[in-house]
Amino acid sequence: MESRNALARLADVASTAVPLMERVRRTAHHAAEELKMRLLGRDFEQRIEILSTRYLDRGGDPFGFDVTTARNAAMVIAFFHRMYFRTEVFGIEHVPPGRVLLVANHSGQVPIDAAIVGSSLFFDANPPRVVRAMVEKWTATLPFVSAFFNRIGQVVGVPENARRLLEMGEVLLAFPEGIRGVSKPFEHRYQLEPFGNGFMRLAIETDTPIVPVAVIGAEEQYVSLGNLKWAARLLNLPVFPLIPQMFVPGAQLPFPTKYRIHFGEPMRFTGGPDDDDRVVADKVWLVRQTISDMLRRGLASRRSVFL
Amino acid sequence: MWGLDAEDDRAVVVTGICGRLGRRLSRVLHRRVKVVGVDRRAFADRPRDIEHHSLDIRSKRTKDIFRHGGVRALVHLGVMHNPRDSAEDHHAWNVVAFQHLLEYAERYKVPKVVLLSSANVYGPRPDNPVFLNEEAPLLGAGPFSEIRDLVGLDQCAQSYLWRYPQTEAVILRPSHILGTVRNAPSNYLRLKVVPTLLGFDPMMQVVHQDDVVWALCAALTPGVRGIFNVGGPPPVSLSHALELLERSTVALPHRVARATIDRLFRWRVTSFPAPELDFIRYVCMVDDARARAELGYQPQHTLLETLRAVDEERWI
Repeated sequence: MESRNALARLADVASTAVPLMERVRRTAHHAAEELKMRLLGRDFEQRIEILSTRYLDRGGDPFGFDVTTARNAAMVIAFFHRMYFRTEVFGIEHVPPGRVLLVANHSGQVPIDAAIVGSSLFFDANPPRVVRAMVEKWTATLPFVSAFFNRIGQVVGVPENARRLLEMGEVLLAFPEGIRGVSKPFEHRYQLEPFGNGFMRLAIETDTPIVPVAVIGAEEQYVSLGNLKWAARLLNLPVFPLIPQMFVPGAQLPFPTKYRIHFGEPMRFTGGPDDDDRVVADKVWLVRQTISDMLRRGLASRRSVFL
Repeated sequence: MWGLDAEDDRAVVVTGICGRLGRRLSRVLHRRVKVVGVDRRAFADRPRDIEHHSLDIRSKRTKDIFRHGGVRALVHLGVMHNPRDSAEDHHAWNVVAFQHLLEYAERYKVPKVVLLSSANVYGPRPDNPVFLNEEAPLLGAGPFSEIRDLVGLDQCAQSYLWRYPQTEAVILRPSHILGTVRNAPSNYLRLKVVPTLLGFDPMMQVVHQDDVVWALCAALTPGVRGIFNVGGPPPVSLSHALELLERSTVALPHRVARATIDRLFRWRVTSFPAPELDFIRYVCMVDDARARAELGYQPQHTLLETLRAVDEERWI
């Protein structure tokens, strides 16, 4: 029977619409859960739990690593790790427990490679580890950035901090190519720039194994045609890469290349941390050559940049 | 306790004894050793066995305390840090007067000199390592030139330490001392609404006032000399500390905060000078491994106790 007054008609509509909405809500919730499971994996909460007990046991992290912030950051980076770049990780079992120095090639104009190496150590390693990278000193003067970096475990790049992190048994990520590596033009892709010696002295001093890491796929995410030195000078930036896609509206995201990360076997070096530069440089050369070989092998076995 | 010989009837001279920290130290010391206080303020609730001289440490009469001998140690707590006073006053008090004290100590053969400096002399900086050790340069006066006399004071004691090896000089550099004391960090945490800097959340190291008193007593042990950082319980981020204290906060952009505090300071509404904002912007924490190894220092108060100490009844 048709209801007569407006209120009753509204109630009629509600009685059919509410279950429908409820069903839509449930489906959406289910889909979101499904997506979350695909992105984060079944053991995401356990992984977070392992990290939080690891740092709680020591009375907190002196550098300010905060599990809640790291959890949120991991949920965002999981999208890039699993869906956008579809990272494939090889040889992660080579990363030993305890202190370790990861030495990787640096590429891609924007240091996304660091974030992806970090997320693979979180999502794919057993037990999960927090990768501590050394960031530029000036980032500590930036609001939000400095607090965020602290909370996700990144530290200001001074040697004392590196030494302390290794003594705490952490995973330290180093890019000995530095800014030269990340900003190299497209035609020099997968050619390593000269390595600095600092990481080797640090590893020898603290008796830390070095795990060479080859990151494949980051070089093609942004195609840089060259470095505009005058623009960099003008804007007081270290480099100003000329990336055509940056000028296309809506195309600022990197290309969805496929990331392949190869972890090599740990290398141990002995000697004195204050040895002559030439002596240290020989050991650095060995690491650089290993990474270079890993890159070559990895590139040879890759079928496509995107697949 | 702390290797102090109770049979020895020579006195421990404490400058700045009427401050809150000085009174706490004297209460620990006076039952075991003879304590002589020097302070221009009156010592209201002085225990009877403490001899007190209401003297300005700049005056010549301070020398008389040392002249007759019988001083086994000088503990210098009488450091002036009042942002309202002039730079000349600070210099005369903190550097010149302290130089004179050191001179007396040297001339009248005082075997031990203890200075309570502060970790602030290292200065909060964006490129600080997370824990500074005792060899780190004292750069605190760079962005905050008003504290150059505190750096000068520390350096005076350092040069004394190297010049007169027969005297045991000890410099303690504690991180932010919290408690009933009226220093900037305790006053800051006591605010009803605590201003913070938008987007900055540095790690903080705090130490309970009684742990500092313990470290001062340990520094009096014969044989101890050198520079010691004094940290506290494990460090905590500023935001977490304020959460633990259940304070309401207001976050301001750095430029706005700096300009506002500058104004308020000039109008005498606040006693915080604007450069002190760097302490809630950048990290300045110390590595106290040496104090733990050589003094046996171990903070007795947990983080929560240390933080809550700022709200304690100020009965002393």
